[in-house]
Amino acid sequence: MSVTLAGRTRPPKPPHGAPVKPSLRERLARWDIKVSPYVYIAPFFVVFGITGLFPLLYTAYVSLFHWEVGDDHPKFLGLDNYRELFGDGQFWHAVGNTLSIFVLSSGPQIVIAVLLAAAFNTRLRSPVGWRVGVLMPYAASLVAIGIIFSNLFGPRYGLVNSVLEAVGLDRVEWQSNRIASHLAIAAMVNWRWTGYNALIVLAAMRALPTDVMEAAVVDGAGAIRRFVSVTLPMLRPTLIFVVITSTIGGLQIFTEPKLFDAMPGSNNGGSQHQFQTVTLYLYQSAFEGFDLGYASAIAWLLFVLIVIIAVLNYVLTRRLAK
Amino acid sequence: MRHLHKGVSFAIGLTLLGASLAACGGGGSTSSDGQLELTIGTFTNFGYDNLITEYERLHPNIKITHHKTGEGGPYHQNLITKLAANSGLEDVVAVEEGHFSDIIDKSGKFNDLNEIGPKDVTASRWLPWKYDAGKDKDGRLIGYGTDIGPLAMCYRKDLLAAAGLPSDPEGVKSLFATWDSYFSTGQTYVDKTRKPWFDASSQLYNSMINQLDTGYLDRNDKLTIETNPGIKAAWDRITTAIGQGQSAKLVAFGNEWKTGFQQGAFATTVCPSWMLGVIKEDAGADNAGKWAVTAAFPNGGGNWGGSYLTVPKQSKHPNQAAELAAWLTAPEQQLEAFAAAGNFPSQVQALSSPDLLSKTDPYFGDAKVGQLYAEQSRKVAKAQYKGPGDGQIQENVTSPALQAVEQGAPAAQAWQQVVDGAKKIVK
Repeated sequence: MSVTLAGRTRPPKPPHGAPVKPSLRERLARWDIKVSPYVYIAPFFVVFGITGLFPLLYTAYVSLFHWEVGDDHPKFLGLDNYRELFGDGQFWHAVGNTLSIFVLSSGPQIVIAVLLAAAFNTRLRSPVGWRVGVLMPYAASLVAIGIIFSNLFGPRYGLVNSVLEAVGLDRVEWQSNRIASHLAIAAMVNWRWTGYNALIVLAAMRALPTDVMEAAVVDGAGAIRRFVSVTLPMLRPTLIFVVITSTIGGLQIFTEPKLFDAMPGSNNGGSQHQFQTVTLYLYQSAFEGFDLGYASAIAWLLFVLIVIIAVLNYVLTRRLAK
Repeated sequence: MRHLHKGVSFAIGLTLLGASLAACGGGGSTSSDGQLELTIGTFTNFGYDNLITEYERLHPNIKITHHKTGEGGPYHQNLITKLAANSGLEDVVAVEEGHFSDIIDKSGKFNDLNEIGPKDVTASRWLPWKYDAGKDKDGRLIGYGTDIGPLAMCYRKDLLAAAGLPSDPEGVKSLFATWDSYFSTGQTYVDKTRKPWFDASSQLYNSMINQLDTGYLDRNDKLTIETNPGIKAAWDRITTAIGQGQSAKLVAFGNEWKTGFQQGAFATTVCPSWMLGVIKEDAGADNAGKWAVTAAFPNGGGNWGGSYLTVPKQSKHPNQAAELAAWLTAPEQQLEAFAAAGNFPSQVQALSSPDLLSKTDPYFGDAKVGQLYAEQSRKVAKAQYKGPGDGQIQENVTSPALQAVEQGAPAAQAWQQVVDGAKKIVK
């Protein structure tokens, strides 16, 4: 509260002669003003340093070693883990799977979320009921959703294939076909997150200033024109937030593909790694292969990948919404 | 968790941290009233609850804390991590057969039970193959055997009869005498019924591999996958059977496999002693009396499953821990565990106990399952050496590759997947 006043209440310099040494009280007050804000926000950064930054840096350190679980003397390798990783077909296959599942989930998810929000922003009967309705999948346990969806998409006895067959279509090999498995996993992700994102976008829509919208109405803009030319550009900050959070989550997808595998508890992501994501491969390397160094290298490459794609998405979303 | 509020996640983190710190304090120690505290870690159900109370009654100066974990997978992962950290493990730690090769690989972190255990506990207590598999390469005894999973065959009586095959437990024995007779009968069954003969190819393939003299790794821990003709022969045999339509192409222990039991999607399955419980649960009461079990297994016998009790070096009371482990794995106690949880005992004396021999199962047509599995346990020739990575090759390389063949991949391509995958694991 005193921060803004601070600049003005500084004691005036003496007109001439040597500067007067400020009293201890004055010095303390100045320190208080300068340092206190940092102390207030410090707890977050201290905790982040311990639980976020330290593991991040330590992972980078571990990635330079051949470090097995229980190794008393890990062998220093330098960048060999990264070199091996760049030549590892299974890793790039997993990157491909992850990107494919990410695009299949985040893309439709955000488009549907915006449309849902637009629908909710009109006069609906019992709006709270609808909003709670779309949030329900988010409240359900992720593991429960995983188990239910992998049953639905069961290649032999699954409901989806039974319905497809009943309407005269071919059965789909949800486990063995690479793209089909990605679609099934993306369906799980979309089911869970679309409603959540819709509510965030809706909140932003309701906060938009009404005068701009009224001006557009006066200018004779139709509903669609108003949505595209007024609402969407003003939603830009919210859309950027939604896109970046879903990028971070989408590229780290783990539980859904793990539960989708017909082999219980498997981290293989299908018989030929059709839907093994980067995090599944990371987990498999660390906790089945016990190769912590290699797993750490995977973790770092995944981190870099997420940063690149998040920045790319940020730039794209800004451009598109302009 | 991606949208979890930071404060909430921090609070959860703190709670977890606190809980794990509290849990870490559980190592063996002496409590204030002079009692010695021992801890024991097991998974699923070892049937030890009453036995532990009994042991405390017999030893008033000892107090036992029993840590039970529901699932074997996370239990063993946790075990390896704590072994690596050199702290946090119980005084007595149960290890399952499938994970035992990873433990043997780090056998220096375990006590030699022949050295610290009671001297009256000798090899003659156990079936020879079970005892031998509990030793490391230097001959140190790492684990006392608890239970075993002798292999038999289970089959659908009604489905075999419908195909004009013999269906009584004595009559089918000749069908299941060798792998040749098993697969040729399968061919006949498929020709007559157009329905699959067995549930999942990996179940049979793993059994065939386990019967070989040398498994995926030899005693020098070198990969044998390209040099061991038995492995390729088993592969060719099973992929040929898949090609003939003998496999129901289900993934063992998956959801659809369970549904397959209800639907009668296959006629035979590999049946270690603990599988009887799995069949009862998955096939359900509606199919009672349709499944039968017979005292035969192709090419002799085999074993799948069973555990050991070990005493890691991090235990502060190794002698007392070994004494507890020795007591729990004595024939009398394992018979009680068998009665409580159905874990089939590995002790010679227990295998001839009238309690065990008289055990029948109404679900399987009142078959004398106790006697049947005791008989099967004696057919196991010897313990195959399992090198580090053996279990991983089975779980993450050969089983998925066989699944790929079942999904339509060419056998030669899937074999390449096996060779490459195994080489990646055993570097």
